[in-house]
Amino acid sequence: MDEHKGKSLSWRTAEGVIELALNRAPANEIGLAMLEDLERFTSSLPALESKASALILYSEQKAGFSAGADLRELYAEAQKMEKSLALKGVREFLERIHAVLNRIDTSPLTTIAAVHGVCFGGGFELALTCDLIVADKMARFCFPELRLGLVPGFGGIPRLKRDIGNAVVRDLLLTGRSINATKALAVGLASQVAAEGEALRVARSTAAQVTKFDRATSAAAKRFIKPLPAEELRREIDLFCELFTRPAVMEGLRKFVEDKGAHPYLP
Amino acid sequence: MRTIEQTTDEILNLAAAHFKVPRTALESGDDFYKKLGIDSLQALELLTRLENHFGVELPDYEVQGVSDFRTLATRIQARL
Repeated sequence: MDEHKGKSLSWRTAEGVIELALNRAPANEIGLAMLEDLERFTSSLPALESKASALILYSEQKAGFSAGADLRELYAEAQKMEKSLALKGVREFLERIHAVLNRIDTSPLTTIAAVHGVCFGGGFELALTCDLIVADKMARFCFPELRLGLVPGFGGIPRLKRDIGNAVVRDLLLTGRSINATKALAVGLASQVAAEGEALRVARSTAAQVTKFDRATSAAAKRFIKPLPAEELRREIDLFCELFTRPAVMEGLRKFVEDKGAHPYLP
Repeated sequence: MRTIEQTTDEILNLAAAHFKVPRTALESGDDFYKKLGIDSLQALELLTRLENHFGVELPDYEVQGVSDFRTLATRIQARL
Protein backbone atom coordinates (compact mmCIF):
# COMPACT_ATOMS: atom_id res chain seq x y z
CA MET A 1 0.00 0.00 0.00
CA ASP A 2 1.33 3.47 -0.96
CA GLU A 3 0.61 6.23 1.55
CA HIS A 4 1.32 9.94 1.93
CA LYS A 5 0.35 12.27 4.74
CA GLY A 6 0.28 16.05 4.26
CA LYS A 7 -0.78 18.85 6.59
CA SER A 8 -4.36 19.02 5.43
CA LEU A 9 -4.91 15.80 3.54
CA SER A 10 -3.54 12.34 3.01
CA TRP A 11 -3.76 9.70 0.34
CA ARG A 12 -3.24 6.01 0.02
CA THR A 13 -3.51 3.49 -2.78
CA ALA A 14 -4.68 -0.07 -2.37
CA GLU A 15 -6.22 -2.62 -4.73
CA GLY A 16 -6.40 -0.21 -7.64
CA VAL A 17 -8.14 2.57 -5.72
CA ILE A 18 -6.59 5.85 -4.53
CA GLU A 19 -8.29 7.42 -1.51
CA LEU A 20 -7.70 11.12 -0.93
CA ALA A 21 -8.82 12.14 2.57
CA LEU A 22 -9.30 15.84 3.35
CA ASN A 23 -8.52 16.56 6.97
CA ARG A 24 -8.13 20.17 7.98
CA ALA A 25 -10.11 21.43 10.96
CA PRO A 26 -12.69 22.75 11.30
CA ALA A 27 -14.31 22.05 7.93
CA ASN A 28 -11.60 21.56 5.28
CA GLU A 29 -11.49 25.22 4.33
CA ILE A 30 -9.47 25.60 1.15
CA GLY A 31 -6.67 28.10 1.68
CA LEU A 32 -2.96 28.07 0.88
CA ALA A 33 -2.18 25.02 3.04
CA MET A 34 -4.86 22.89 1.36
CA LEU A 35 -3.88 24.23 -2.08
CA GLU A 36 -0.24 23.27 -1.56
CA ASP A 37 -1.22 19.78 -0.42
CA LEU A 38 -3.55 19.40 -3.41
CA GLU A 39 -0.69 20.50 -5.69
CA ARG A 40 1.52 17.81 -4.15
CA PHE A 41 -1.23 15.30 -4.78
CA THR A 42 -1.69 16.26 -8.44
CA SER A 43 2.09 16.19 -8.93
CA SER A 44 2.02 12.62 -7.67
CA LEU A 45 -0.99 11.67 -9.77
CA PRO A 46 0.86 10.43 -12.90
CA ALA A 47 2.65 7.79 -10.83
CA LEU A 48 -0.47 6.94 -8.82
CA GLU A 49 -2.64 6.68 -11.93
CA SER A 50 -0.37 4.02 -13.38
CA LYS A 51 -1.38 1.72 -10.51
CA ALA A 52 -5.07 2.55 -10.10
CA SER A 53 -8.47 2.63 -11.78
CA ALA A 54 -10.40 4.83 -9.36
CA LEU A 55 -9.95 7.80 -7.07
CA ILE A 56 -12.17 8.53 -4.06
CA LEU A 57 -12.23 11.98 -2.44
CA TYR A 58 -13.69 12.16 1.04
CA SER A 59 -13.42 14.09 4.29
CA GLU A 60 -12.28 12.98 7.71
CA GLN A 61 -13.79 16.10 9.29
CA LYS A 62 -17.11 15.61 11.07
CA ALA A 63 -18.57 18.90 9.79
CA GLY A 64 -18.57 17.71 6.23
CA PHE A 65 -16.77 17.43 2.92
CA SER A 66 -15.64 21.06 2.84
CA ALA A 67 -17.07 24.45 3.81
CA GLY A 68 -15.27 26.01 0.83
CA ALA A 69 -12.60 28.64 0.40
CA ASP A 70 -10.83 29.84 3.53
CA LEU A 71 -12.53 33.24 3.74
CA ARG A 72 -10.73 34.20 6.94
CA GLU A 73 -7.38 33.69 5.26
CA LEU A 74 -8.56 35.51 2.12
CA TYR A 75 -9.73 38.49 4.17
CA ALA A 76 -6.59 38.60 6.33
CA GLU A 77 -4.28 38.44 3.30
CA ALA A 78 -6.27 41.06 1.39
CA GLN A 79 -6.15 43.42 4.37
CA LYS A 80 -2.34 43.28 4.48
CA MET A 81 -1.79 44.73 1.02
CA GLU A 82 -3.02 47.42 -1.30
CA LYS A 83 -5.85 46.61 -3.67
CA SER A 84 -3.86 45.86 -6.85
CA LEU A 85 -1.52 43.50 -5.02
CA ALA A 86 -4.44 41.75 -3.33
CA LEU A 87 -6.08 41.26 -6.71
CA LYS A 88 -2.84 39.87 -8.14
CA GLY A 89 -2.67 37.42 -5.23
CA VAL A 90 -6.26 36.33 -5.75
CA ARG A 91 -5.70 35.75 -9.45
CA GLU A 92 -2.57 33.69 -8.76
CA PHE A 93 -4.46 31.60 -6.19
CA LEU A 94 -7.30 31.02 -8.65
CA GLU A 95 -4.91 30.04 -11.45
CA ARG A 96 -3.27 27.52 -9.13
CA ILE A 97 -6.50 26.04 -7.78
CA HIS A 98 -7.94 25.81 -11.31
CA ALA A 99 -4.83 23.92 -12.46
CA VAL A 100 -5.28 21.45 -9.60
CA LEU A 101 -9.01 20.99 -10.08
CA ASN A 102 -8.68 20.69 -13.87
CA ARG A 103 -6.07 17.98 -13.34
CA ILE A 104 -8.40 15.98 -11.09
CA ASP A 105 -11.32 16.64 -13.45
CA THR A 106 -9.44 15.22 -16.44
CA SER A 107 -7.71 12.35 -14.66
CA PRO A 108 -8.09 9.09 -16.60
CA LEU A 109 -9.26 7.48 -13.36
CA THR A 110 -12.92 7.18 -12.51
CA THR A 111 -13.28 9.73 -9.72
CA ILE A 112 -15.83 9.59 -6.92
CA ALA A 113 -16.60 12.21 -4.28
CA ALA A 114 -18.04 10.70 -1.08
CA VAL A 115 -19.82 13.69 0.43
CA HIS A 116 -21.23 14.15 3.91
CA GLY A 117 -22.26 17.27 5.80
CA VAL A 118 -21.47 20.68 4.32
CA CYS A 119 -20.31 20.78 0.74
CA PHE A 120 -20.24 24.51 0.16
CA GLY A 121 -18.59 26.91 -2.26
CA GLY A 122 -15.06 25.78 -3.07
CA GLY A 123 -15.76 22.41 -1.46
CA PHE A 124 -18.71 21.91 -3.77
CA GLU A 125 -16.47 22.94 -6.66
CA LEU A 126 -13.93 20.30 -5.65
CA ALA A 127 -16.66 17.63 -5.52
CA LEU A 128 -17.87 18.72 -8.96
CA THR A 129 -14.51 17.77 -10.50
CA CYS A 130 -15.41 14.15 -9.79
CA ASP A 131 -17.20 11.87 -12.22
CA LEU A 132 -19.61 10.62 -9.55
CA ILE A 133 -20.92 12.12 -6.33
CA VAL A 134 -22.11 9.75 -3.62
CA ALA A 135 -24.06 11.82 -1.10
CA ASP A 136 -24.65 10.90 2.53
CA LYS A 137 -28.32 11.64 3.31
CA MET A 138 -27.10 14.44 5.63
CA ALA A 139 -25.05 16.15 2.89
CA ARG A 140 -25.86 19.75 1.89
CA PHE A 141 -24.69 21.48 -1.28
CA CYS A 142 -24.52 25.24 -1.69
CA PHE A 143 -22.96 28.10 -3.62
CA PRO A 144 -23.12 30.94 -1.07
CA GLU A 145 -20.78 33.27 -2.98
CA LEU A 146 -23.40 35.84 -4.02
CA ARG A 147 -23.93 36.60 -0.33
CA LEU A 148 -20.39 38.02 -0.43
CA GLY A 149 -20.85 39.85 -3.72
CA LEU A 150 -18.88 37.22 -5.61
CA VAL A 151 -19.40 34.29 -7.94
CA PRO A 152 -17.92 30.83 -7.37
CA GLY A 153 -14.27 31.07 -8.37
CA PHE A 154 -12.94 27.49 -8.44
CA GLY A 155 -14.77 26.47 -11.62
CA GLY A 156 -18.06 25.53 -10.02
CA ILE A 157 -20.56 27.05 -12.39
CA PRO A 158 -19.03 25.76 -15.66
CA ARG A 159 -18.77 22.31 -14.09
CA LEU A 160 -22.29 22.40 -12.67
CA LYS A 161 -23.63 23.57 -16.05
CA ARG A 162 -21.87 20.64 -17.67
CA ASP A 163 -23.70 18.22 -15.38
CA ILE A 164 -27.22 19.52 -14.76
CA GLY A 165 -29.97 21.75 -16.13
CA ASN A 166 -29.72 25.51 -16.16
CA ALA A 167 -32.85 25.99 -14.03
CA VAL A 168 -31.16 24.31 -11.08
CA VAL A 169 -27.84 26.02 -11.78
CA ARG A 170 -29.55 29.41 -11.66
CA ASP A 171 -31.50 28.46 -8.53
CA LEU A 172 -28.34 27.47 -6.67
CA LEU A 173 -26.28 30.40 -7.94
CA LEU A 174 -28.83 33.21 -7.75
CA THR A 175 -30.59 32.31 -4.47
CA GLY A 176 -27.51 31.02 -2.63
CA ARG A 177 -29.70 28.39 -1.01
CA SER A 178 -28.46 24.98 0.00
CA ILE A 179 -30.00 21.69 -1.12
CA ASN A 180 -29.97 18.30 0.54
CA ALA A 181 -28.90 14.92 -0.82
CA THR A 182 -32.40 13.89 -1.90
CA LYS A 183 -32.71 17.01 -4.03
CA ALA A 184 -29.16 16.55 -5.32
CA LEU A 185 -30.08 13.05 -6.47
CA ALA A 186 -33.35 14.25 -8.02
CA VAL A 187 -31.62 16.91 -10.14
CA GLY A 188 -28.80 14.58 -11.22
CA LEU A 189 -26.05 16.19 -9.19
CA ALA A 190 -25.47 13.11 -7.05
CA SER A 191 -25.57 9.64 -8.55
CA GLN A 192 -26.28 7.79 -5.30
CA VAL A 193 -27.54 8.64 -1.83
CA ALA A 194 -26.13 6.69 1.11
CA ALA A 195 -27.44 6.26 4.62
CA GLU A 196 -25.96 8.51 7.27
CA GLY A 197 -22.26 7.72 7.72
CA GLU A 198 -22.20 5.32 4.76
CA ALA A 199 -21.08 7.47 1.81
CA LEU A 200 -17.47 6.30 1.94
CA ARG A 201 -18.51 2.65 2.10
CA VAL A 202 -20.79 3.13 -0.92
CA ALA A 203 -18.01 4.99 -2.77
CA ARG A 204 -15.61 2.11 -2.04
CA SER A 205 -18.11 -0.41 -3.35
CA THR A 206 -18.55 1.69 -6.50
CA ALA A 207 -14.77 1.99 -6.91
CA ALA A 208 -14.38 -1.77 -6.56
CA GLN A 209 -16.82 -2.19 -9.45
CA VAL A 210 -14.83 0.28 -11.55
CA THR A 211 -11.61 -1.68 -11.06
CA LYS A 212 -13.17 -4.66 -12.90
CA PHE A 213 -13.06 -2.81 -16.23
CA ASP A 214 -10.22 -2.25 -18.67
CA ARG A 215 -8.61 1.03 -17.58
CA ALA A 216 -7.94 2.32 -21.10
CA THR A 217 -11.57 1.76 -22.08
CA SER A 218 -12.85 3.54 -18.97
CA ALA A 219 -10.49 6.46 -19.64
CA ALA A 220 -11.61 6.67 -23.28
CA ALA A 221 -15.28 6.64 -22.24
CA LYS A 222 -14.63 9.41 -19.75
CA ARG A 223 -12.78 11.57 -22.28
CA PHE A 224 -15.71 11.11 -24.66
CA ILE A 225 -18.46 12.12 -22.23
CA LYS A 226 -16.76 14.63 -19.94
CA PRO A 227 -15.03 17.46 -21.80
CA LEU A 228 -13.40 20.21 -19.74
CA PRO A 229 -15.30 23.52 -20.21
CA ALA A 230 -11.94 25.30 -20.59
CA GLU A 231 -13.15 28.58 -22.12
CA GLU A 232 -15.84 29.11 -19.46
CA LEU A 233 -13.39 28.25 -16.70
CA ARG A 234 -11.04 30.97 -17.93
CA ARG A 235 -13.85 33.50 -18.14
CA GLU A 236 -14.91 32.63 -14.61
CA ILE A 237 -11.48 33.62 -13.26
CA ASP A 238 -11.75 36.98 -15.05
CA LEU A 239 -15.28 37.58 -13.73
CA PHE A 240 -14.29 36.68 -10.17
CA CYS A 241 -11.33 39.10 -10.30
CA GLU A 242 -13.52 41.84 -11.76
CA LEU A 243 -16.01 41.47 -8.91
CA PHE A 244 -13.37 41.05 -6.22
CA THR A 245 -12.17 44.65 -6.44
CA ARG A 246 -15.54 46.13 -5.42
CA PRO A 247 -15.79 47.51 -1.87
CA ALA A 248 -18.93 45.42 -1.19
CA VAL A 249 -16.83 42.26 -1.33
CA MET A 250 -14.43 43.34 1.40
CA GLU A 251 -17.40 44.43 3.48
CA GLY A 252 -19.09 41.04 2.97
CA LEU A 253 -15.89 39.23 3.92
CA ARG A 254 -15.43 41.43 6.97
CA LYS A 255 -18.96 40.68 8.15
CA PHE A 256 -18.44 36.95 7.70
CA VAL A 257 -15.07 36.94 9.46
CA GLU A 258 -16.22 39.09 12.36
CA ASP A 259 -19.53 37.28 12.87
CA LYS A 260 -19.28 35.74 16.33
CA GLY A 261 -22.87 34.52 16.29
CA ALA A 262 -24.34 31.25 15.19
CA HIS A 263 -25.23 32.38 11.70
CA PRO A 264 -22.23 32.72 9.35
CA TYR A 265 -23.21 29.70 7.25
CA LEU A 266 -26.84 30.77 6.94
CA PRO A 267 -28.03 33.35 4.40
CA MET B 1 -52.43 16.22 7.17
CA ARG B 2 -50.56 17.12 10.33
CA THR B 3 -51.74 19.96 12.52
CA ILE B 4 -49.30 22.70 13.47
CA GLU B 5 -49.25 21.25 16.98
CA GLN B 6 -48.26 17.82 15.64
CA THR B 7 -45.57 19.34 13.43
CA THR B 8 -44.17 21.34 16.34
CA ASP B 9 -44.20 18.26 18.56
CA GLU B 10 -42.34 16.20 15.97
CA ILE B 11 -39.70 18.94 15.63
CA LEU B 12 -39.23 19.05 19.39
CA ASN B 13 -38.96 15.25 19.58
CA LEU B 14 -36.42 15.15 16.77
CA ALA B 15 -34.33 18.01 18.23
CA ALA B 16 -34.38 16.47 21.71
CA ALA B 17 -33.34 13.05 20.44
CA HIS B 18 -30.60 14.24 18.14
CA PHE B 19 -29.05 16.94 20.30
CA LYS B 20 -29.48 14.86 23.45
CA VAL B 21 -31.64 17.34 25.36
CA PRO B 22 -34.48 16.09 27.60
CA ARG B 23 -37.71 16.43 25.65
CA THR B 24 -39.37 17.94 28.72
CA ALA B 25 -36.81 20.76 28.66
CA LEU B 26 -37.98 21.99 25.23
CA GLU B 27 -40.95 24.26 24.54
CA SER B 28 -42.28 25.57 21.25
CA GLY B 29 -41.32 29.17 21.95
CA ASP B 30 -37.71 28.34 22.84
CA ASP B 31 -34.77 29.81 20.93
CA PHE B 32 -33.30 26.61 19.50
CA TYR B 33 -29.81 28.08 19.07
CA LYS B 34 -29.66 28.78 22.80
CA LYS B 35 -31.65 25.82 24.07
CA LEU B 36 -29.80 23.24 21.97
CA GLY B 37 -26.48 25.09 22.17
CA ILE B 38 -25.92 24.82 18.42
CA ASP B 39 -23.90 26.81 15.90
CA SER B 40 -24.75 27.53 12.27
CA LEU B 41 -23.33 24.25 10.95
CA GLN B 42 -25.44 22.32 13.46
CA ALA B 43 -28.44 24.46 12.50
CA LEU B 44 -27.93 23.31 8.91
CA GLU B 45 -27.78 19.74 10.19
CA LEU B 46 -31.09 20.30 12.00
CA LEU B 47 -32.57 21.74 8.80
CA THR B 48 -31.46 18.66 6.85
CA ARG B 49 -32.88 16.31 9.49
CA LEU B 50 -36.20 18.15 9.38
CA GLU B 51 -36.30 18.06 5.56
CA ASN B 52 -35.59 14.33 5.62
CA HIS B 53 -38.11 13.67 8.38
CA PHE B 54 -40.98 15.64 6.84
CA GLY B 55 -40.05 14.96 3.21
CA VAL B 56 -40.03 18.65 2.31
CA GLU B 57 -37.59 21.16 0.88
CA LEU B 58 -36.97 24.10 3.14
CA PRO B 59 -34.82 26.74 1.42
CA ASP B 60 -32.51 28.24 4.00
CA TYR B 61 -33.62 31.80 3.17
CA GLU B 62 -37.04 30.81 4.52
CA VAL B 63 -35.55 30.10 7.93
CA GLN B 64 -33.36 33.20 7.90
CA GLY B 65 -33.92 34.96 11.22
CA VAL B 66 -36.02 32.09 12.57
CA SER B 67 -34.79 30.94 15.94
CA ASP B 68 -37.82 29.42 17.71
CA PHE B 69 -39.41 26.01 17.18
CA ARG B 70 -42.93 27.35 16.66
CA THR B 71 -41.99 29.60 13.72
CA LEU B 72 -39.88 26.80 12.28
CA ALA B 73 -42.97 24.58 12.44
CA THR B 74 -45.05 27.13 10.51
CA ARG B 75 -42.41 27.24 7.76
CA ILE B 76 -42.48 23.45 7.49
CA GLN B 77 -46.27 23.29 7.74
CA ALA B 78 -46.53 25.60 4.71
CA ARG B 79 -44.73 22.99 2.62
CA LEU B 80 -46.47 19.81 3.79
